[in-house]
Amino acid sequence: MQKLVVIGAGMASGRLLEQLIDADPGAFEITLFNAEPRGNYNRIMLSPVLSGEKSFEEIVTHDDDWYATNKVTCRFGEKVLSVDTARKVVVGEKGEVAYDKLVFGTGSSAFIIPCPGHDLPGVVAFRDLEDTTAMTEAAAKPGARAVVIGGGLLGLEAAAALRLRGMEVTVLHIASHLMERQLDPAAGYLLKKDLERRGITVLLEASTKEIVGNGKAEQVNLADGTELPCDIVCMAVGIRPAVKLAQNSGIACGRAIKVDAQMRTETPDVYAVGECVEFEGNLFGLVAPLYDQAKVLAKTLLGQEETFAMRELSTKLKVTGCDLFSAGDFADGPGREDIVYRDPARGIYKRLVIEEDKLVGAVMYGDTADGNWFFGLIKDGTDISEMRETLIFGPSYQGGASVDPLSAVAALPPEAEICGCNGVCKGDIVAAIEAGATDLGAIKATTKASASCGTCTGLVEQVLSVTLGDEFVLPTAQPVCGCTDLPHEDVRRLIKAQELKSQEAVWQELGWKSRNGCHVCRPAINFYLLADWPLDYTDDPQSRFVNERNHANIQKDGTYSVMPRMWGGMTSPQELIAIAQAAEKYGATVKVTGGQRIDLLGVKKEDLPAIWYDLNEAGMVSGHAYTKGLRTVKTCVGSDWCRFGTQDSTGLGIKLEKKLWGSWTPHKVKLAVSGCPRNCAEATCKDVGIICVDSGYQVSVAGAAGMDVKETERLVDVRTEEEAIEWTTAFIQLYREHAKYLDRPYKWVAKVGLDWVKEVLADDAERQALVERFDISQSVYQKDPWAERAEPEAARRFQPLADLTLKAAE
Amino acid sequence: MSWIDIGHIDDVPLRGARLVKTEVGCVAIFRTDEAEVFAASNTCPHRQGPLSEGIVHGQKVTCPLHNWVFDLNTGEAQGADEGRITTYPVRLEDGRILLDGEAVSTRSAA
Repeated sequence: MQKLVVIGAGMASGRLLEQLIDADPGAFEITLFNAEPRGNYNRIMLSPVLSGEKSFEEIVTHDDDWYATNKVTCRFGEKVLSVDTARKVVVGEKGEVAYDKLVFGTGSSAFIIPCPGHDLPGVVAFRDLEDTTAMTEAAAKPGARAVVIGGGLLGLEAAAALRLRGMEVTVLHIASHLMERQLDPAAGYLLKKDLERRGITVLLEASTKEIVGNGKAEQVNLADGTELPCDIVCMAVGIRPAVKLAQNSGIACGRAIKVDAQMRTETPDVYAVGECVEFEGNLFGLVAPLYDQAKVLAKTLLGQEETFAMRELSTKLKVTGCDLFSAGDFADGPGREDIVYRDPARGIYKRLVIEEDKLVGAVMYGDTADGNWFFGLIKDGTDISEMRETLIFGPSYQGGASVDPLSAVAALPPEAEICGCNGVCKGDIVAAIEAGATDLGAIKATTKASASCGTCTGLVEQVLSVTLGDEFVLPTAQPVCGCTDLPHEDVRRLIKAQELKSQEAVWQELGWKSRNGCHVCRPAINFYLLADWPLDYTDDPQSRFVNERNHANIQKDGTYSVMPRMWGGMTSPQELIAIAQAAEKYGATVKVTGGQRIDLLGVKKEDLPAIWYDLNEAGMVSGHAYTKGLRTVKTCVGSDWCRFGTQDSTGLGIKLEKKLWGSWTPHKVKLAVSGCPRNCAEATCKDVGIICVDSGYQVSVAGAAGMDVKETERLVDVRTEEEAIEWTTAFIQLYREHAKYLDRPYKWVAKVGLDWVKEVLADDAERQALVERFDISQSVYQKDPWAERAEPEAARRFQPLADLTLKAAE
Repeated sequence: MSWIDIGHIDDVPLRGARLVKTEVGCVAIFRTDEAEVFAASNTCPHRQGPLSEGIVHGQKVTCPLHNWVFDLNTGEAQGADEGRITTYPVRLEDGRILLDGEAVSTRSAA
């Protein structure tokens, strides 16, 4: 009988022993080494052991009886010191064993981030029973806190299990969405939402700086300054093949032990199986290919022919209630097309990736019933051109079904606020409908929903339609773009009602039909999110038009215009010298504008950071002449100089501009202040125009002097400058919170009615609340974009990535 | 083909683009996903708008000047607009962006 020695009693080598013994129980005299003081158990079921849903005994694959019955000599808890391949012996701590055939099944070990404090007690991995026991013990303390580093499969299973044990759990993940190797951002968003619903805190783009504590791990500090007190730290950031013993024994290794398709190493009679092997440059972490390897190796050892081949893999997460599936390749490569399906009502997201009439990848969240069918199509390379139209609905829907455009509203809970003006929730409207209010007029009369500014009319009609079914004929509204059936007003209202705070959230919860929007909806959604959630949402430059991304106006020849701010149209000799010098240095054409400032035209993109730096040095900031935001406040010289001037119109203009600059609005906003009714600053065709009179200030709004020409309408007459500023600010904030993207104030006021605007702003408390919300937004957005981009790191982005013409000249 | 390393994937913003100067003119490198890049001519055939400054969505880009939309796989203009931009072979390897040097060189074209 030949002597077989196996090093490592893990899942792969365990499967190998089963296959060998089943095929030929008398073929080998087997000795099994294991550094852990126990035999083979189902390591992937450690999560339920950690959560307490299973006991360790339940996940043991091979117990003492099994090893005894099959005459396997077990040397558990004994480390292998070395292997002498010349003499063909394995040297254990307790003595040598000779072999005819040797199998490495040394598996892998957890990768530990080498940050300061990584070696403190209380920092564990999630690989074996010892780690699991340490975490279980930490969870026993009431109110205990855990920090899990790593938002991949293993980390999330650990986090969910610790949460089930009652711990406060925070997951830190370095990437911008969870499980980025298996999921796309949309599915990652839903997973995060599910985990947060069960009380787990998830911090994305979180970089661990250090773990600190007095003799044990007590706090994790992040690079951004966040401090997380904790009782235990679980590092689940990845695994590394355990190959030191093989390397020391002279077995050929790359990133792991190199094997051929028969699982042979380059050394005669030495084999390897499991997570410690490298095959054609690939490493292995999931169980399915390991079992394939075990099967192949059993045949090889028994002298039969068999070949190991890579195959497509699918992933499922073992967290109860998180239903996700991913398979194939869904990220890389040109020539691919997406099919996206979202059902917000049921929290479902599905994305199929198609290449040359074949399905190559699938990601699903919420409903994974068809996962294996899709996986089959991927593995078999089935031609799907015939069923392409209905493919995403799975095998049972091959007849075809359509997405319900009302699903976003159907999904709203009763407490979701539909009418923001009057605080009317969906439940109130449904109750009114059930009580007999079956059209819009009756709903307005009974609930006041949509009776004020009217922007929620579309949503109220959808609630009518969802509740009444065919009895209510829904008027057609113009959707934002081809990505959705919802009009702007509905999207804005739903962002508030459902507290949607990211683009991913909007796309998923409102049933977007595209993967990540288009050039029409992306800038609008980006504005709505930053206007509604200034502290929670981060502005996305990639969802902005070129001018707002580059903070300059692109011209027809691809150069840019640069316009520094001149507060209230006032400037100084020093500023003019700096502007003149910049114009000369960068070869710009100089133009005086209608907004009382100076435009420098024809600046090259590469020169933008440099010209900004020069203008910043002279004390000037961006004039935002390129934004949907505050442009200028035009003024006349007022009582300072003019013999007719009644008030300090220049001073008020400067104060207004200093208050409002930097704010983003649905469309551009221009102001003017005239010092007397002669109106030299042309205030009566602006978005907000103020005319100074002896008794105070006449504030008027909603003028236009572009494609349409329209005189402003009087909003209010006030006595003091402070009141004029307060009313102006509140008006602009109301416009920011309610208007459709790309509606100038005059268009928005025409829709909601000036009377409604007056009514809201006349309420002292509401007016002050609007100003407060504006100030909060300004705390984030009133920053000079030029200064930020003139910094060397940011300025680099304005240069070409590479210049291959220089290389070619060599 | 001769692959030239032109930079790291993270040098290109997600759903954004960067320029590469070549002998055949400016080439835009578009990053449409975490690990998905395309290379195409930077110049819109309509009024020569710089496509690297456009909004990137799905596997398409919208020209910043007049909203022409191009499919980055084929270079074809979408919808009613007619035109095409040249696309170039590009690939990713361990986070590095590799552009085919021959395709963007005047010598190979001769």
